[in-house]
Amino acid sequence: MSEGHDHSHLSDTELRVRSLESLLVEKGIVDPAALDTLVQTYEEKIGPQNGAHVVARAWTEPDFKDWLLRDASAAISEMGYHGRQGEHMNVVENTPQVHNLVVCTLCSCYPWPVLGLPPTWYKSAPYRSRAVIDPRGVLREFGTELSSDVAVRVWDSTAELRYLVLPEQPQGCEGMNRQELAALVTRNAMIGVEKVSPPSQRGVV
Amino acid sequence: MNGAHDLGGMHGFGPINPEADEPVFHHEWERRILALTLASGAMGRWNIDKSRYARENQLPAQYLANSYYQTWLVGLEKLLLEAGLISAEELASGQSTEALSEDLAGKVLKAEMVAGALSRGDRFRMDDDVAAKFTVGERVQVLNNHPTHHTRAPRYVRGHCGVVAQDHGVFVFADANAQGKKVPQRIYSVCFTAQDLWGPDAVAKDCVYVDLWDGHLEAAAV
Repeated sequence: MSEGHDHSHLSDTELRVRSLESLLVEKGIVDPAALDTLVQTYEEKIGPQNGAHVVARAWTEPDFKDWLLRDASAAISEMGYHGRQGEHMNVVENTPQVHNLVVCTLCSCYPWPVLGLPPTWYKSAPYRSRAVIDPRGVLREFGTELSSDVAVRVWDSTAELRYLVLPEQPQGCEGMNRQELAALVTRNAMIGVEKVSPPSQRGVV
Repeated sequence: MNGAHDLGGMHGFGPINPEADEPVFHHEWERRILALTLASGAMGRWNIDKSRYARENQLPAQYLANSYYQTWLVGLEKLLLEAGLISAEELASGQSTEALSEDLAGKVLKAEMVAGALSRGDRFRMDDDVAAKFTVGERVQVLNNHPTHHTRAPRYVRGHCGVVAQDHGVFVFADANAQGKKVPQRIYSVCFTAQDLWGPDAVAKDCVYVDLWDGHLEAAAV
């Protein structure tokens, strides 16, 4: 961040953040290299691919799935995913009778080690306000239509427990290995706003 | 506090409009404020509940007008000032007038410490032996309290009855933690039927699970 640069095109917010960063660096409260490492971690290393591996393993190993539903923190940690904003994990399972949906109405609580940072819509007022009062309307907005005999369970993350939805394995996955299954699992399915789509013809072995 | 952050059940915000192939960050300053918040937090001068309170304690119109990371900026400025890590003059000028104490300088998060700190995370569970006030299957009522300080009992469940679905064990009580007091309490996952919360037009088989502490609950009158 060079000084004397023309900042006239920057928004007030950008200027405030730049000014705060330069103050905190000057005072020695933050280490610039640590800032870059933090950004790089959440931009490149920790993301929904982690959760997808957890789901694919649960689909292929019944014992792991039992452990995951009983003690999610231990089972997920064993796969190497743990830490900040995922200290106390709960996994909720979708079945033909039950569909789970996760929200944080009060802020933006989200299981970072398995899903990374939350998308903007998850943190937005429309989702946070409606997920609890109109979950089926929210699901429809994501293209997820549930029949009336399916019960919707909404999980409002008001404490330090973080929720991950274990989606149903779609039809047509016979013969697929764990890696191929993980590639089918989307972030939105693990939040519960969507189901996992069946593999395309190309994806079927 | 009954703030604009407590959004559950409100109307009028319009469609969700998820962005296809959304990037992790939309602007460079969002990267910076996320990193500044995590790095400053590593100094240990506040906890997660204090930081939530710093973010939600804004004029409602301002809270709703701010983007998510703008609210993080507001929160971080407040936390740094309240903790005395920076002064109002320094914040206004962006220039340091006083060096950090040696004690604090020893707590700065260095790049090589980031991976370890993130993978360790925090510990919110407490080892204290707190007897369970409620049992799984018991009907409980959320206290109809309206504290002006931080609380994790959302307005839409206050006064409502639900059933204890799970006892998660003993955790630090967020409402007290935001005020700097470590109070061990049990957290229960409480299941509310959609009709109990939203009336007869809600779908009878749907429900909402909310994690609530001992301090939010009482046994429901039979």
